[in-house]
Amino acid sequence: MTRFGKGWLGLAATTATLALGAGQAFAQKELVFGLQCDRTGPTANVGTVLCPGYQDYIALVNSKGGVEGFKIKVLEIDNEYKVPPAMEAHERFKKEGAVLEGIYGTPQTAALNKKLEEDKILGTSPGFGTSSAADGKRYPYSFPIAASYWSQAGAAVAFAKEKLGDLKGKKIAYVYYDNPAGKEGLPIIEDLAKSEGFEVRTFAVPAPGLEMGAQILDITGRFKPDFIITHLFGRAPSVSIKELKGKGFPLSKVVAFVWGSSEADIIAAGGMGVAEGYNTIQFAGVGKDFPVIKEIEAMYKAQGKAAPKEMDSTVLYNRGVLIAALHVEAVRNAIKAKGGGTPTSEEVKKGMESVKGFTLGGLVPPMEITPADHEGGGWVQIWTVKGGKLVKTKDWFQGNRPVILKHLAAEAAKS
Amino acid sequence: MFHRESGVFKTTYSADMALYPLPIAKWTMIALAVIFVLIIPMMVHEYYLSILNLIFIAIVGALGLNILVGYTGQISIGHGAFMSVGAYTAANLAVKLGLPFWLTLPAGGLMAALIGVVVGMPSLRIKGLYLAIATLAGQLIIEWTINRVPAISGGAQASIEVDRPSLFGFAFNTQGSLYFFLLFFAVIAIVATLNLVRSRIGRAFVAVRDQDIAAEIIGINIYRYKLLAFAISSFYAGVCGVLYTYYFGIANYEQFQLVVSIDYLAMIIIGGLGSVLGSIFGAIFVTLLPIVIRILMENVGGLFFSAAEMANVLSGLRLGVFGALIIFFLIVEPEGLNRLWRNIRSYFRVWPFSY
Repeated sequence: MTRFGKGWLGLAATTATLALGAGQAFAQKELVFGLQCDRTGPTANVGTVLCPGYQDYIALVNSKGGVEGFKIKVLEIDNEYKVPPAMEAHERFKKEGAVLEGIYGTPQTAALNKKLEEDKILGTSPGFGTSSAADGKRYPYSFPIAASYWSQAGAAVAFAKEKLGDLKGKKIAYVYYDNPAGKEGLPIIEDLAKSEGFEVRTFAVPAPGLEMGAQILDITGRFKPDFIITHLFGRAPSVSIKELKGKGFPLSKVVAFVWGSSEADIIAAGGMGVAEGYNTIQFAGVGKDFPVIKEIEAMYKAQGKAAPKEMDSTVLYNRGVLIAALHVEAVRNAIKAKGGGTPTSEEVKKGMESVKGFTLGGLVPPMEITPADHEGGGWVQIWTVKGGKLVKTKDWFQGNRPVILKHLAAEAAKS
Repeated sequence: MFHRESGVFKTTYSADMALYPLPIAKWTMIALAVIFVLIIPMMVHEYYLSILNLIFIAIVGALGLNILVGYTGQISIGHGAFMSVGAYTAANLAVKLGLPFWLTLPAGGLMAALIGVVVGMPSLRIKGLYLAIATLAGQLIIEWTINRVPAISGGAQASIEVDRPSLFGFAFNTQGSLYFFLLFFAVIAIVATLNLVRSRIGRAFVAVRDQDIAAEIIGINIYRYKLLAFAISSFYAGVCGVLYTYYFGIANYEQFQLVVSIDYLAMIIIGGLGSVLGSIFGAIFVTLLPIVIRILMENVGGLFFSAAEMANVLSGLRLGVFGALIIFFLIVEPEGLNRLWRNIRSYFRVWPFSY
């Protein structure tokens, strides 16, 4: 029966250490943000860059005196892309009085949806999670705050149409990671295939997607598509670029969803030079040419430190900055609405729902988050590898928005 | 249990098999019940209840795996998949037919048991590593099936949202109320396992594990008992999956992938193969240790690193410390935490006259 003894010991230890930590707080007006991360799990290649971006932006805000007089304390918990730790992390955030939380991972978002609603704490899932969570009426506390997989699919088809002129009679291959997140874009593409009159064939890449030779040969040799849309994670995007290049498929006829579009993915495929023409969908600005990035660099300089190396991976780093900036903006709106008072998590939710016209010098899309649309419109950019770096080829746009809205309405009718 | 007499005074088999070796053990049990049913839910913050909730679910799963691996000696790497079978069965029944949890829960367990028997068929012919690979195949096939068959998975996201369990109009929708919900099933699982392993079936399992040919010679139908072990173990796994489903409010096969099977194997190996208490220790250890390490390091680490740096260091260090502690405990006592506990207990049995 020592499980109890052991349990008590653990509880005693945690209580003692938490009490220690709590003593340091309350020195100043402070707000707590919860942030779930994956720095060690299967998607660590994203988490190790994205989360420092988040932390740096918050540090920047704090170094300038905080939001409307409030300092921000970020409580980051690594969920290792596992579901039970995500629940534990959420409860911890709640205990520490977090006004909002950034979730990480599609299954984790799914598992927390209900809990967020019950606890009235908003959770953000930028660029992943269930696409139908954009419906703020159905999921009041889930905030995708960036283009969902549906919006990305709509944008990918719109981009293909722009490249090919007309899609009628054309063939498009959809290469996806064989998990729920990978399949997510499919209904939109299939729907568009009917209305636009193109043929779509799907190719499921089994996890972890490190060997795709036969599959790519099947695509380029037999199906012979006019355009390829890839939706891969982890190391798989690099493998797909390498294989497509090897089979001689023009990479300018390929567009990747947001998690196959970082510099690291392209460099791991053999370098920027190899991937010339590769198109990527982005939900945050790419590159260092933004005032906020300059300010973070200046902040590090003022501290006498070199800027962190994560900054060079601008795609993912900037996404971290975008998430943090939207979190801060939501809180700013909430504090303003309350006339400087400490906002509750419900007021922060209202603050998030009034984010509008906040572009951070072009790093954030011209989104408008409303009580009904928690996605903010599903804006994306297309960036293309040209001359050894990512170049913007298409500014913020909403691809096939009516189709996405139709599917959201159909989902809402189902529940 | 905490109590032992200072020597061996038992004269009958039934005394040896008793759940309460001494009358005072009954009182300890009542005291523990009071602590867990009254004191903890009233005194402890919801956050700690949420950790206990995860531990309760893990205990059910770990007990099931220990029956199969620890007691019967059949290695399985398909435990996570059996959980997903239970989870999706219950979720489908709850959503499509609107059944309450007290029907979906056993249904999920039974379906998992059925699938478990099928996956366990190879155990009739192969053993050890070969069986591990056969069950691994089971894991992958089940994962694939759930991912690809919309009739089971409920669509592209392969996740089905379920409502919170409710009983007579009372919904278990807070960590506090879910605590009682999960505690109830964890206790049932513990008591059932304790009784199972001292029954005829449990002894047959142990006989099959120790030497299956000898077991067959003394009249144990090893085919039957091996499949029975798979069925019972998968039943626990299925129930564990249903509990996860109700706890998160969603059935999602990504919660039950291969890594989960490995986690549960780690639990029973660290806790102690072939022991009920070991399963409980293992479930607590694997669930709690990462959390405790993190909370300790958050406080101590602040002395050495800034907040942003710490986030970077912490995740890696935590995994390192976690792995090192597992190795440490297994070197100190290869038979797991349960054996460690027994050693401590037997040291104090005749203390201070240990010679």
